[in-house]
Amino acid sequence: MNASAGRLSLWLLLTPFLLWIVLLVLVPHLQMLRVSFQVRESWDTLAWGLEQYQNFFTESYYWRTFVRTGVMSLFTTFLTLLIAFPIAWYIARLARGRAKGLLFLACLVPFWASELVRTYGWMILLRESGLFSSWLQALGWADGPVEMLYNDVAVIIGLVYNGLLFMVVPLVTTLDGMDENLVEAGYDLGGSHLTVLREVVVPWAMPGIVSGCIVVFMLTLGSYLTPILMGGKDSAWFTGQIFTQFITRFNWEQGAALGVLLLVLSSLIVWLGLKLSGQSLRKVMG
Amino acid sequence: MGSRTARTSALLGSTFLAAVTFSGSLLAEELRLITWGGYAPDDVVAQFEKETGIDVKVTLSNNEDMISKLRATGGAGFDLAQPSQDRIIGVQRQFNIYKPIDFSRVNTDQLQPSMVKATKDSTELDGEFYGVPSVWGTSGLIVHSSVADTVTDYTDLCDPAVAGEVSYRLKRPTLIGFAFAMGMDPFAAYNDRDEYESILAKVEDKLIDCKSNVKTYWTGGDQLLALLRTGEVTAAMAWDAGGWKLNAENPEIRFVAPDSGALGWIDTFAIPRRSENEEAAYKWINFVMQPEIAARITNASGNFTASKGADEFVRAELRDAYRASFNDQAINNIKWYPPVPPGLETLEGQVLDRVQAAN
Repeated sequence: MNASAGRLSLWLLLTPFLLWIVLLVLVPHLQMLRVSFQVRESWDTLAWGLEQYQNFFTESYYWRTFVRTGVMSLFTTFLTLLIAFPIAWYIARLARGRAKGLLFLACLVPFWASELVRTYGWMILLRESGLFSSWLQALGWADGPVEMLYNDVAVIIGLVYNGLLFMVVPLVTTLDGMDENLVEAGYDLGGSHLTVLREVVVPWAMPGIVSGCIVVFMLTLGSYLTPILMGGKDSAWFTGQIFTQFITRFNWEQGAALGVLLLVLSSLIVWLGLKLSGQSLRKVMG
Repeated sequence: MGSRTARTSALLGSTFLAAVTFSGSLLAEELRLITWGGYAPDDVVAQFEKETGIDVKVTLSNNEDMISKLRATGGAGFDLAQPSQDRIIGVQRQFNIYKPIDFSRVNTDQLQPSMVKATKDSTELDGEFYGVPSVWGTSGLIVHSSVADTVTDYTDLCDPAVAGEVSYRLKRPTLIGFAFAMGMDPFAAYNDRDEYESILAKVEDKLIDCKSNVKTYWTGGDQLLALLRTGEVTAAMAWDAGGWKLNAENPEIRFVAPDSGALGWIDTFAIPRRSENEEAAYKWINFVMQPEIAARITNASGNFTASKGADEFVRAELRDAYRASFNDQAINNIKWYPPVPPGLETLEGQVLDRVQAAN
């Protein structure tokens, strides 16, 4: 094959990807950026300006919701890591043969249903007239119906559940490749469980931990259904606010500005996370 | 009014740009209808398809969602829409998404003249009319009999006696209803921005105070009905049709017109500016407004129709439920939504955001 034919086939292979990136990712984002700098002077005239960005900082409910969303997402990510690590450890190191495949499948099965179905499932369990509430009453642990839905804890449960798989998979992959001798050497040199975990296992699994955390964090930050359906009257979520601006307020300018801010600030948090954990994006995702 | 199918809109929310639907099917004639849940029952659609040979594609929506979708495409993607009559003119002036109705193609003989006139009046812009009346109804209160004596007006939802058992939406009807219940007249202040802002400020304080009473702000009709059905919520601000539906299942639950007046809305037919099959749109309008068909839609959705003579085909239980909720005085006291001037909804939006974020 000569060089020009090789180049042509490369371009042909790249075309769908480029079209996708440019048309569905790049162009809409640039458009969004443009709209976010438009200011509606009166109901039918537009000017350029920073008003929408100012609104974000002056109207406390915008940035408070953002901080809330960010903090809750970080907490959710951390909680997901705590829950996923033992699961991944068991699947990667302890389970053998058939059991390993089955356990992996068990993590995967919930994701055959859509996020909406999973969320409704949790709502049926947690609501005042729901399954958990009636069990508690049947066991005599509660006098009346217990409301477990419509609060932040319910939201976090739903989000952790949604993120679990995306944490387990990269962890299993990295832990799988770890040499058993490393752990044994750690114990032979007199390390306790905790020391071995801290000095040997975690550093080894770091790329998996970081990539899992990034995926879960982004998913959580950008999730819409779970916080809206399971959250209560106080559980504002930033994506919900963007939706409201676009759809119910017809305020595309403000919605676009909030969207751009979400993109910038979440990228910033991920970058900060990479810096703090001493990882690079290439290492983590490669 | 509002989101009978807010769940649908929530689903579509993240991908609202998908409103740019790829139509381009020239082979079979097609009518793309964007409407409310219950306004195009399957059997009615099937009969229309059989009689005309036109395929009907129904998209369920609500006022805001309809406007957003049509705005995104400059009025393309759908051949017929059903916005509420108060939400047409302001939107039309800002976004130019509808085209005028050609009343010579509408069979107005089968419509109630008073409703045609009311809709024409409120959808007039530069001498053209943009809406044909279709379905009407009210918002008021749905209450369990156990709290019926306590909750007789919107502001009673803030009564400590019903703390934690209350639900309403964070949308503009709630602001309007509370304003009326607090003795103000928001409709009269529609064109006086300062006055309207001062009304909104008072309503905002009230709603923030009231927040501790609320179990959750409902966002979709099905969600609300589930909350009331299970008894988790005993009093809510909601649509009449939902109340009557629940009443049929459980006589303890009733729809009542609040002391300060139920809020009346009329949903219309409006033709998007870049409708590709106007002919089919008019056919559909004339088809579903026939008394018998209109009565079938009423029986399915519980909402009333602007069709003349549909009454005799409507289920007797529904008529009884209506009479139980509205005596003559309550009917005269219905506050009909006047057209919303552009810009008002931005003010309301900020108030609703602040209520949502308040602790």
